[in-house]
Amino acid sequence: MFSNRGRRTAAIVAALTATVVLTACGAKTTDSATAGGAGAAIDTSGSAIKVGLLNSLSGTMAISEVTVKNSLLLAVEEINAAGGVLGKKIEPISEDGASDWPTFAEKSQKLISEDKVAAVFGCWTSASRKAVLPVFEKNKSLLFYPVQYEGLEQSPYIFYTGATTNQQIVPGLDYLKAQGKTSVYLVGSDYVFPRTANKIIKAYAEANGMKVLGEDYAPLGSTEFSTIVNKVKAAGAAAVFNTLNGDSNVAFFKEYKAAGLTAGGMPVVSVSIAEEEVKSIGTQYLAGQLTAWNYYQTTEGAANEKFVKAYKAKYGEDKPTSDPMEAAYVSVYLWKAMVEKAGSFDVEKVKAAAGGITFDAPEGKVTVDGTTQHISKTARIGRIGDDGLITEVWNSGQAITPDPYLKGYPWASGLS
Amino acid sequence: MTLVLSQLFTGISIGAVLLLIALGLSLTFGQMGVINMAHGEFIMAGAYTVYVLQQVITGAGWSLLVALPVAFVVAGAMGVLLEFLLIRRLYARPLDTLLVTWGVSLILQQLARDVFGAPNVQTRAPELLTGSIRITDHLVISSSRVFILVLALTAVAALTIVLKTTPLGRRIRAVVQNRDLAAVSGLATARVDRLTFFIGSGLAGIAGVALTLIGPIGPTMGTNIIVNAFLVVVVGGIGQLQGTVIVAFVLGVLQSMVEYTTTVSVASVIVFIAIVAFLQWRPQGLFTLRTRSLA
Amino acid sequence: MRLLRKPVTGFAIGAVLLFGVAPLALGDFRLDLLAKYLCFAIVAVGIGLAWGRGGMLTLGQGFFFGLGGYAMAMHLKLADAGPGQMPDFMLLYGQLDELPWWWRPFANPLFALSATVLLPMFTALLLGLLIFRRKVRGAYFAILSQALCAAFAILLIGQQGTTGGTNGLTNIQGFFGYDLNDPVNRRTVYFIVAAALLAVLALTWQLMRSRYGELLVAVRDGEERVRFLGYDPANVKLVAYVAAAGMAGLAGALFVPAVGIVSPAMIGVVPSIEFVIGVAVGGRASLLGPALGAIAVAWAKTALSERVPSAWTYFEGLLFILPIVFLPGGLASLAGTIRRRSRPSAVVETPAPAKVEVTT
Repeated sequence: MFSNRGRRTAAIVAALTATVVLTACGAKTTDSATAGGAGAAIDTSGSAIKVGLLNSLSGTMAISEVTVKNSLLLAVEEINAAGGVLGKKIEPISEDGASDWPTFAEKSQKLISEDKVAAVFGCWTSASRKAVLPVFEKNKSLLFYPVQYEGLEQSPYIFYTGATTNQQIVPGLDYLKAQGKTSVYLVGSDYVFPRTANKIIKAYAEANGMKVLGEDYAPLGSTEFSTIVNKVKAAGAAAVFNTLNGDSNVAFFKEYKAAGLTAGGMPVVSVSIAEEEVKSIGTQYLAGQLTAWNYYQTTEGAANEKFVKAYKAKYGEDKPTSDPMEAAYVSVYLWKAMVEKAGSFDVEKVKAAAGGITFDAPEGKVTVDGTTQHISKTARIGRIGDDGLITEVWNSGQAITPDPYLKGYPWASGLS
Repeated sequence: MTLVLSQLFTGISIGAVLLLIALGLSLTFGQMGVINMAHGEFIMAGAYTVYVLQQVITGAGWSLLVALPVAFVVAGAMGVLLEFLLIRRLYARPLDTLLVTWGVSLILQQLARDVFGAPNVQTRAPELLTGSIRITDHLVISSSRVFILVLALTAVAALTIVLKTTPLGRRIRAVVQNRDLAAVSGLATARVDRLTFFIGSGLAGIAGVALTLIGPIGPTMGTNIIVNAFLVVVVGGIGQLQGTVIVAFVLGVLQSMVEYTTTVSVASVIVFIAIVAFLQWRPQGLFTLRTRSLA
Repeated sequence: MRLLRKPVTGFAIGAVLLFGVAPLALGDFRLDLLAKYLCFAIVAVGIGLAWGRGGMLTLGQGFFFGLGGYAMAMHLKLADAGPGQMPDFMLLYGQLDELPWWWRPFANPLFALSATVLLPMFTALLLGLLIFRRKVRGAYFAILSQALCAAFAILLIGQQGTTGGTNGLTNIQGFFGYDLNDPVNRRTVYFIVAAALLAVLALTWQLMRSRYGELLVAVRDGEERVRFLGYDPANVKLVAYVAAAGMAGLAGALFVPAVGIVSPAMIGVVPSIEFVIGVAVGGRASLLGPALGAIAVAWAKTALSERVPSAWTYFEGLLFILPIVFLPGGLASLAGTIRRRSRPSAVVETPAPAKVEVTT
């Protein structure tokens, strides 16, 4: 099919490619020294220090991530009003991850290499975190990740200010066990967090004499739950452990109530429903159901009163505060404390200074664990009330030390 | 046995939702050939109508009843606007309408995000529609689903009556079957197009009201359902109402039956394979409209 | 404009821009982005062939892009893990003791490389045989290919232990032994992508001016008439469809080293529509239009979302609407109107009678 001239063109292209490939002489993967060299270049020249805010402002995840961005901006504003960090005002640069994982990677690279930010705050889904992780490790730059997640990760360039599994899921299970629930049904969205969480739940159940009567996953964004609810109902478990995310929760709880299932008969413990979600689902469907988190808007303490008041003053009286928002708010303050302790914005110095830093967070006192780069948190089980607020029914009494790989739990030994 | 029955009803109720969503499409896509990807956002507009009305009308039941006609008009008006501004320039290029209306849907989503906020909003359902109807001890069907089923069937009946018996319906059918001849016979085809689009988009608004009973109300609610709705119309046969009705229910039952024994993702894949296989057998859909066009 | 008249000249200009000007003018980060845009451009060239020339609106290119991308990423993950080892995510999320059988052949670089192109082409052949033989076309075809993408994405997501689920395959470190963290190697990847784009353009150009190209346009404009002339339109369309699938697969494969990730997010309905938009903007029936349009649209998307992160979707929406409604032949038709060539090529030049195609 090629004509003569075509063949010539093809030959030219082939030759060009060959030359280019042959002349390149980059590092091999087998080279011992890692490419990239020194840490990320941070622009500390001006009177302001730039930080990146990376959240989905469009697409399906915007429903959750926009509130996190609002909370981050509040913390930045407060810190600036109090004089900034090391004498510099914080200049936030916001980027839209667009609920698309490669976009998250692109934007984080942009923040690091073009804006030369000192740290990036954001990401929500595990998939977005997994997508940006190599970018931060490659550039030796810092990410503060504010959402509870599935554990089994410990990147040297990420600080995790949300709960890992032993600070949320395991206490949730402990609570169910203490309530005498001997069987559970697992419902989750089809992605990493629910699948890993359910693996942990199954291991826990086996070791603690609980029965897992079924396990179902719905695609992210799925809003058709009639069949899954039928299955849950037929199985007749004592409780449901719910790891659904976002939109799906709305459809699930509407269906749950329509099927005649109640919080009294078969309570649902949710790990992704916070005050914001309660507001969008409606207490009509949710009242009485349980949640497992580390923070509620109703959590007692002066720090929380101040946070809630400031948030409502900035964004409106009807806007609730929630766990991921609080974790995001805390992450900016923790970074500030680390920078001030290190006396420098330099990433390696900040990392070295991180261990042992404490902060009077709205959720109570939190401490940064220098080894895992997670923070200690108090686990709280809450019940959703008729007013849309969640009130604590149980807490772990003290802050739980993060254990992302569940090394301290014998039953979890086969998990990773 | 009860299990099969209850799953059958679940399937029918999934079908009813599909039908409500696809009904408007079977007019705009089926009768007019416009691939309107913003149909999902018209559904969203219907759902937000309920939300807005509930700020004014406190009774959940009343607000829902009022919302039905209001949402019909709101979504219908959006449809007419879309038709007038963009689509009428594209009747000769049906595939291009797909891309253009996709752009429209992006804009409408962002508009919803800016007007109502990015998080989902909440609507109240009347207590009557949040519970369930007990048939036997084990067979319980949810009342919101029954409501949607009745609503879908009513909409189909109303649409059939309009198309088959009224002068407007006659005109719509005339334009669909042979646009040139209809124009030559003195029909104002452009006006007929606009009216058809009004009704088709209005039906999306009604679907939106119904969806508030079972799903989330947020900026992206339309995107999750639109492709399935198009599949229903394609498999049902373009220009054929009865095909859309039958296929919606068949797909609903198939989905629910497969999903019960396997998982959601397997069910979606199986439904897709079934559709491709079906189109091997009847490439023009379940029912076909015969025309003399050569293309 | 006169210069662009001769494709060879245009080709030379393109080569100079891609290999000379761009690497000098752009920093590492922007060059990486350009590599990504060029991948989209490769997909666009295929869509231009299938849609602009063949009249098939392929809204399923994400599927083939994904096949190519996953084939490449599977190999690179295995190479990163080292011989006999399992990729990191399988150890984390899978409950497997050994590599699943369908992963094993991808350890072989030759197999993986050829699979990136041949696997999409083969799948397209099978699908195309089913679809075109039964004369499924127009809107039916478009929507069916959308559904294909949706189903494939859901399938991938459901198999987290072996496909990485929603995460996709991430954290790819090396590319056939070269460290992807090294800027020099990343630059090489860019050159490979650029060369691939030029090669694909050359191939498409050949196809377009050949006798087959004429036939393809004839099928687009009057399928039944071509049938009456004794040709089988199904086969004619099949060739374009399979070629477009191969290009999408190639683009997917190159996307992996260029961006370092492949995930179901690149496969679903949304990215598949976004692939098409660049083609429509640039000019679907021309050779360079789709490629330039895809690059322009991807660039605009990045630039707008950086400037106005919370309102850029409005502009993206307008990008879909304005060019298609008011400039149906795309930017290339602007050049066309200046040139006034005798050859009827673009859709604009067929002022369609008010005939609704889908009522057949």
